[in-house]
Amino acid sequence: MKVLTRIALSHLLSRRRQTLVSLSGIVLGVGFFLGVSSLMRGSERDFIARLIDTQPHVTVSDEFRTNPLQPAERLYGAGAVELRNVKPRTETRGIRQYKQKLALIERLPGVRVAPVLVGQGIITFAGRDVGVTLSGIIPERMRGVSTIEEDMQEGRLEDLDANPNGIIIGRELANRYGIDMGDNLAVAAPSGQVRVLKVVGIFRTGNQSYDEGQAFAALKRVQAMMDRPNVANSFVLQLDDPMQARQAAARIEALIGYKAVSWQEANEDITSVLKVRNIIMYSVVSAILVVASFGIYNVISTVVLEKTRDIAILKSIGFNARDIRRIFLTEGLILGALGSVAGCALGWVIIYGLGKITLKPPGAVEPIQMPVYWGADQFVLAAAFAILSAVGAAYLPARKGGRVQPVDILRGAA
Amino acid sequence: MRQAAAPGPVLRAENLSRVLEGEVAAVLVREASVEVHPGEMVAIMGPSGSGKSSLLYLLGLLDRPTTGTIWLGGEDTSGFTDDQMARIRLEKLGFVFQFHFLLPEFTALDNVMLPMRRLGRLPEDEQRERARRLLAELGLEGHEHKRPGQLSGGQRQRVAIARAQANDPLVILADEPTGALDSHSSLVVRDTLKRLATEQGRAIIAVTHEPRFAEAADRIITIVDGMVQPEGTTF
Repeated sequence: MKVLTRIALSHLLSRRRQTLVSLSGIVLGVGFFLGVSSLMRGSERDFIARLIDTQPHVTVSDEFRTNPLQPAERLYGAGAVELRNVKPRTETRGIRQYKQKLALIERLPGVRVAPVLVGQGIITFAGRDVGVTLSGIIPERMRGVSTIEEDMQEGRLEDLDANPNGIIIGRELANRYGIDMGDNLAVAAPSGQVRVLKVVGIFRTGNQSYDEGQAFAALKRVQAMMDRPNVANSFVLQLDDPMQARQAAARIEALIGYKAVSWQEANEDITSVLKVRNIIMYSVVSAILVVASFGIYNVISTVVLEKTRDIAILKSIGFNARDIRRIFLTEGLILGALGSVAGCALGWVIIYGLGKITLKPPGAVEPIQMPVYWGADQFVLAAAFAILSAVGAAYLPARKGGRVQPVDILRGAA
Repeated sequence: MRQAAAPGPVLRAENLSRVLEGEVAAVLVREASVEVHPGEMVAIMGPSGSGKSSLLYLLGLLDRPTTGTIWLGGEDTSGFTDDQMARIRLEKLGFVFQFHFLLPEFTALDNVMLPMRRLGRLPEDEQRERARRLLAELGLEGHEHKRPGQLSGGQRQRVAIARAQANDPLVILADEPTGALDSHSSLVVRDTLKRLATEQGRAIIAVTHEPRFAEAADRIITIVDGMVQPEGTTF
């Protein structure tokens, strides 16, 4: 063991009780840091997971992010072009040549995609009308990009293949209007066509507005009802790695030209709120460690005061100011490192305990477990911050120790 | 062990002055010139507050003179930085103080090994062996693993002397080394220091009040009011 470390250890051991008190400050600081961080990040990840599960990772719509340039602007881009009375051309909505574009997207690795024709419909049942979003889907493809199959309470997604005049509705809609499996609903499309569709499935996602306002039918049926044969106006994508959605959306947009929106972009406001929440959380839990580091400042300051004579001895022997500073910084490092290790162990216990807590909020069907995050990164962060705070707290007393003039002490002792 | 005395002074100081700045400047040492040769034991004597210890601290490079120059082993130390001064104290000087000044948490052996560990020239095993030998030479065999609190005053001072020799210094400086000891221990310490000078060729500079200690010295430097007096002067 190096001589400076030995001296540092001897100092800490000479004040065992005070050392233990300041050490426990760091241990508790790291433990609570981890407990709070695990809970906050666990809830964040839980929230994002729900967000990702209930939404497509990327949605391609039949829109463009920016209006296309006029031919004159393209030709004379560097010049001053003024266009007057430009009116947009009336175009049939939908993704042009969607099957080719679908094939292009499918070639990308880790991507599953389903075409959807989304439109509005009015369901009439028992004399009452209700507006819904009617999505025309291919069940087999939809299964690969959505969790709706798992949310089916009655019937299956494939039943739309077996019955081309089938419709799947949400539980809230069914409950509100007393609709049951097998009931026939009159569905009117904006084209004016009205079809009678039979309820072949009921789903429940837990999102009330979705469960009340969304309905699914076979793509071909919806195309016919909307009078838009061979048209899809949206692609729904699922990725192997949802966190890559932003990059995937940019790539798809560059590939096919249509607007591709990642789940992050679609929920920009929520993700920024989560970021702000994280900043607040880490500021608060870091403050705990900063406060704990005052304990270290206190113990090392006391050691410096008590050991001025030893410092004078060491300096007279030939230790320089840097050596003396290193001794006290090592003391901070030892306290920080020990506190981090024990604090991580305490944090592990706290996280484990929190993970065992189950709550049953009013209205919930099943008890909910506290969402905790076990990531090693937060352990590393807590330990690094604790060590940094401890060494930082040791710096001022260490500097003071380094400045001790041996002659002043020796004269006083003589 | 140091070889036979080399010609010329091992430590030379010229016109050393030390003034403490303040509302009223205090002159601790005035234009002192000193030479110490290898194998020589020099006693610095003088009344209390005369500047004996201040002169010793200047000669031991623990303090910087306001004016004047110190040569150690022929090397001019005037322009040395604090780090260089620390290094030269480590390599070429050894100190013994009135109160043993050992690290209380360390054993006698560890205290003696401390300067060797800091210098790091010898492997750990050789450091330990040398420390044991130095302690044994001073009659402290069997006391290696005792802490300062478990030793008598005389034993502690002998541990301090062993520590002062750890890195084979050119000069050992002692500030009232027998000031806190009984008469028997004082004689042991005095004789030990004398032996280091005569047998090992080290230069010993010791501040003392005790005539019995001074009797063993080869030369006595008398200092009064910070001024070194002509040889033969008594106070």
